[in-house]
Amino acid sequence: MAKEEVVLMKGNEAIAHAAIRYGVDGYFGYPITPQSEVLETLTEIQPWNTTGMVVLQAESEVAAINMVYGGAGTGKKVMTSSSSPGISLKQEGISYIAGAELPCLIVNVMRGGPGLGTIQPSQADYFQTVKGGGHGDYRLITLAPASVQEMADFVGLGFELAFKYRNPVMMLADGVVGQMMEKLVLPAQQERLTDEEVVARCPWASTGKTKDRKPNIITSLELQPNIMEQKNISFQEKYKIIEQAEVRYEELFCEDAELIIVAFGAMARISQKAIEMAREEGIKVGLIRPITLWPFPTQIISDYANKVKGFLSVELNAGQMVEDVRLAVNGRVKVEHFGRLGGIVPDPDEIVEALKEHFI
Amino acid sequence: MKEEIIIAGFGGQGVLSMGKILAYAGLMEDKEVTWMPSYGPEQRGGTANVTVIVSDERISSPIVSTFDIVVVLNQPSLEKFESKVKPGGLLIYEESTIINPPTRTDIKVHSIAAIDAANEMHNSKAFNMIVLGGLLKLKPMVSTEGVLKGLFKTLPERHHHLIPVNEQAITLGGQIIK
Repeated sequence: MAKEEVVLMKGNEAIAHAAIRYGVDGYFGYPITPQSEVLETLTEIQPWNTTGMVVLQAESEVAAINMVYGGAGTGKKVMTSSSSPGISLKQEGISYIAGAELPCLIVNVMRGGPGLGTIQPSQADYFQTVKGGGHGDYRLITLAPASVQEMADFVGLGFELAFKYRNPVMMLADGVVGQMMEKLVLPAQQERLTDEEVVARCPWASTGKTKDRKPNIITSLELQPNIMEQKNISFQEKYKIIEQAEVRYEELFCEDAELIIVAFGAMARISQKAIEMAREEGIKVGLIRPITLWPFPTQIISDYANKVKGFLSVELNAGQMVEDVRLAVNGRVKVEHFGRLGGIVPDPDEIVEALKEHFI
Repeated sequence: MKEEIIIAGFGGQGVLSMGKILAYAGLMEDKEVTWMPSYGPEQRGGTANVTVIVSDERISSPIVSTFDIVVVLNQPSLEKFESKVKPGGLLIYEESTIINPPTRTDIKVHSIAAIDAANEMHNSKAFNMIVLGGLLKLKPMVSTEGVLKGLFKTLPERHHHLIPVNEQAITLGGQIIK
């Protein structure tokens, strides 16, 4: 049994190791740069020989997400991962999983788009992830890892939240955290749940009907609009609870800040360096790093809007999260955006320049 | 201690693995490390580079604008990264791959004839370890022992018999860097 250990590895490799160690039952995927190491690492380790975890390279992304749909319906801990174009293909399945209220983990290691785009890092799938993606009024709990450690930790956290709320969870990473190597602590090996434990934990799951219970039907279909409306209302109630209970963020150097950068994932790391550089020049900048992109840390941004002169939303896209920052600030101070597009990752000094250009 | 390093050259020169071994050595000595490769199409035969940061404290960004140490193993990389060395920083270049040597006077410039040395060893694959040996002679941020432990960890067991050759290459690099 693997014990907790300190290792050096890529973010993508960390996801694979963490999946095994958190006792995941099944991984279904299809290779795409820059996340192929997830499937590669899993097939190298061959966890089916140790924990019994299923690892399957599906014939397509559409097949993979529907395998996840089926696995999740039986109450198993199942996941998939891909990168932007592959995640677009999975959207129908994600909407069905949200509609059927099933727990699962989906990982998107984002690359530049639109279309096939580039294999370089991007954060341009923010809208897709937190505003919809698939059809219908659903929400994805969205975790944004900024380190290799979080790539591993959020596999555990992701499944915890997915099962707590019977809702799909998206880990929205980018090519930087996927490809970089860093030191991390891998958790000790957890046992996979036994079939009896799954039945006890997931009374809703299709685990084989016994005489004393009514059938569990896993579906997103409901042709009666009045019942479908009730279903939607109950979804919205659940989403409200998640918005109240599950907001996560990190706050750095904000105590004396006159300006605040809002950034997630790799851009939060690069922004930290930019903040160190700006502070050497006497510019007092802080950082709010949303860890959950949905639910978004609206309240803390709103609170700081009464204290600071402005916000800079730093993203690897043309301005997506900045809309949520603007909603939180609600016109009280200036909110600007800085981003690079199509797979270009800015140096920290470009962020310092953007701060000066907009606010100094 | 914090060293922000970029190693740049052609794909196939062992740039990424040199950075990886350096990062592993840092890990073995309980330091904070990040390793950020260029993973684009340039990796396949064009220019490849890797940013390695070794620090006593938590590292904010794995991507930086300027470097304490720049190691260039071909002319395009020198042209791209000479201006990115911090004033007072260190630039190391491989002699036979550079036609127009660096011109900056506000940095320390060293050269190493690693390709010739690797050929003399009859082991062209030892090239990157010779360069690493030269780098560590000038900036002993990790010990040779740490590097060897790192190699032990990164190399598959069937290649462990190559570790003594790598040790020789590191020692040689330390001797021949100018």
